[in-house]
Formats: sequence, C-alpha cells, structure tokens
Amino acid sequence: MRFETRTVASAQAFDTLRQLKTGDYNVLIDLTAVDYFLYGKCPEPVGWEQNFPSGACGIGSPAGAGRTDFLAAGAPGPRAHRYEVVYRLASLDPATGLEIKPRLELRVPYSEGSVLLSVMSLWPNADWLEREVWDMFGIKFADRPDIKRLLLYEEFVGHPLRKDYPVKKRQPLIGPKSGELLGSPSFNVVRQETPFE
Amino acid sequence: MPPMTSKASLEGRQDDGTSVPSLVQQLPEGNLVTTQVDAVLGWARKYSIFQYPFVTACCGMEYMSAAASHYDMDRFGAGFPRFSPRQADLLMVVGTVSHKIAPVLRRIYDQMASPKWVIAFGVCTCTGGFYDDYSTVQGIDTILPVDVYIPGCPPRPEMVLHGLSLLQEKIQRQGRRGR
Repeated sequence: MRFETRTVASAQAFDTLRQLKTGDYNVLIDLTAVDYFLYGKCPEPVGWEQNFPSGACGIGSPAGAGRTDFLAAGAPGPRAHRYEVVYRLASLDPATGLEIKPRLELRVPYSEGSVLLSVMSLWPNADWLEREVWDMFGIKFADRPDIKRLLLYEEFVGHPLRKDYPVKKRQPLIGPKSGELLGSPSFNVVRQETPFE
Repeated sequence: MPPMTSKASLEGRQDDGTSVPSLVQQLPEGNLVTTQVDAVLGWARKYSIFQYPFVTACCGMEYMSAAASHYDMDRFGAGFPRFSPRQADLLMVVGTVSHKIAPVLRRIYDQMASPKWVIAFGVCTCTGGFYDDYSTVQGIDTILPVDVYIPGCPPRPEMVLHGLSLLQEKIQRQGRRGR
C-alpha cells in the first residue's frame, strides 16, 4: 500500500502524532529509523568506484558510463540531520477491520542532542519499537521509562545499525575474542593415553 | 555414503569384522591388548544415542524431517530426543547461534554428562554461514568442541544421517576412552 509521506521537525513530532492519533490514526504499524551518515558524501575509496561515473566526487571511469543513479552531478548533498525516525500509521475501524484513511508515514529528522518524545502514551506498542531503535541506532526517546536494549545484550558496546559501526567488529560474550577454534581439531584424533583408566 | 550403504549398518548389526581390528591397529606401539570390552562399549554407545536438539532456527525443520518417520533417525539408534541435557549424550546444535544465546549453549554442554558428543548441524553452526555480522557466533567450535560438522543450508536428511553414521564410527573407535 502506498504511504503518504510527511516530514516534521523533532520538536513538533509528538504534538503532530498526538493530533494524528485523535484523527483516526489509531494503529502504529512501525517505528524505525534511518542513518544518513554516508548519504550524499563521497565514500571512502575501496576499489569499486570505477563502477560509477564521474560525479560529485570526481571519481569514476568510463567503465561506469551511463550510470547516473549514484553520486551523479546534482545528487543531493549531505543532510543537516544524520538520522530520520520513521513512524508509519494506519487507521483501522475497530468494527469492520477496514482502513478508513490511507496510511501515513511521518518522518522526523533527528540529530544527536535533540529531544524526541516517546509516543508510548499514544500507542503502547511503541515501547519495544523505541527500545529497538535505541538498541540499533542509539536514538534515545525522552519521557519514557526503562529504555534499555531489546535485542542485543547489555554488555554490547555501540549500536550496530549505525553506518559507522565497523562491519567486522565482534563482541562475543564467551569464547576467544579473536574467534579461533576451541580445541576442536584435537578431538578428531585418537587420544594417545592408555585405554586402561 | 559408505556407512549407510553397508548392509551391516542398515540392518543394525555390529560389523565386528572391521571395527575391532582397526581399533587394534590404531593403538600406539608398546600398548598390548586388544579391547573386546571397548568394542562392546562402543557398540552399545553408538546405537543408543540420546540426542539433545538445540534448535534455534530454520534448520530445525530439516532436523524434524530427518528425525520423523520418513527418514527415521531411529533406524540408527538415535530416535529418542531428551529435552534435558543431563539425560542426553549427543548435543545437536541446529540453527544460527547468536552471541546472546552462546552462554546458554555452553552451559547446556557443560550440564551434559560424559561421554558426550556434539554435532554442528547446518552451515550457520559450522561457520556462521552468511551471517557474517555483529550478532552471530562464527562457528560454534569457538565456544565448544565439535565432533561432526554437517554443512548445508539446510543439509538434506541424507547428509544428516551420513553425519550421524560418521559419528557412530567415531564413537565405536573411541571405546572406553570416549569423553
């Protein structure tokens, strides 16, 4: 289903959502976030730039000629706010189960330091969704109790869906940090001690 | 798959003719004795595997397929899953293991009584599979010793049964030295 999309500043987000709640949008379908850390910026040179045409970054080669969908001239630059919190709403008629209005997607630009109020008081299911957004992106919602990790463990450091989280970083709870085998090969040879124990 | 196609193993008989001499040959020089008792112990253990299925993900479907009547793991003496680690002697780790659940898996392994064996069922348990990411253990052999690896995404029941017969060969070989 196609979503109507609106954008609202983080300071007005809660009031807007409260009005939408009273205006028949009684279901919060999803609450998630997007990290625009690398959006519109030149990527670090990693070897695949030749697949893309010369563009805003001055990279590329004839091999990528014809492609204009990535970092082409005129592409949007970096965003003012690094994150965007996305609320997706629907309006269900409790009697019939049919949707009264078209669905709505509300996007709230967010930077670290700005305040975003929790919508737990409007839609109780926002509880775990906000905890998941905190877990994965480190976006903290104000005015709600008990914001802690939902999916990852308490010992985890950082927020893995941030674009600057190292792809190869591992944080095992047990076992060797480097991930080498724990003695398995030795179990595949017959032990040399006497069979009489 | 030699272990499966041999007539002896299909009928559930013990192939004494092959296993006992090979056991003797693998003893280091200087140790005498051939161990008929070991052979019997190995035979008893390999045909009475009580498994603990540690099922976390989609491979569980394939485990059920291999365990249920169509492929029938019971033919090989492993038909009785125990859902208490203290009553089990084979830990089948079936499915992706995340870092969050890894301490639980290790604890279950520690709770099992010796002798005990571990099968890594599916490529996620063997190496992490395509979950090369922040959340997945890159092979359960980083947290506990593994006897048999059954790769595949998921492995077919024939592969599972082949792995089981390989483990049976290993159990037979270990005799009383089994851990």
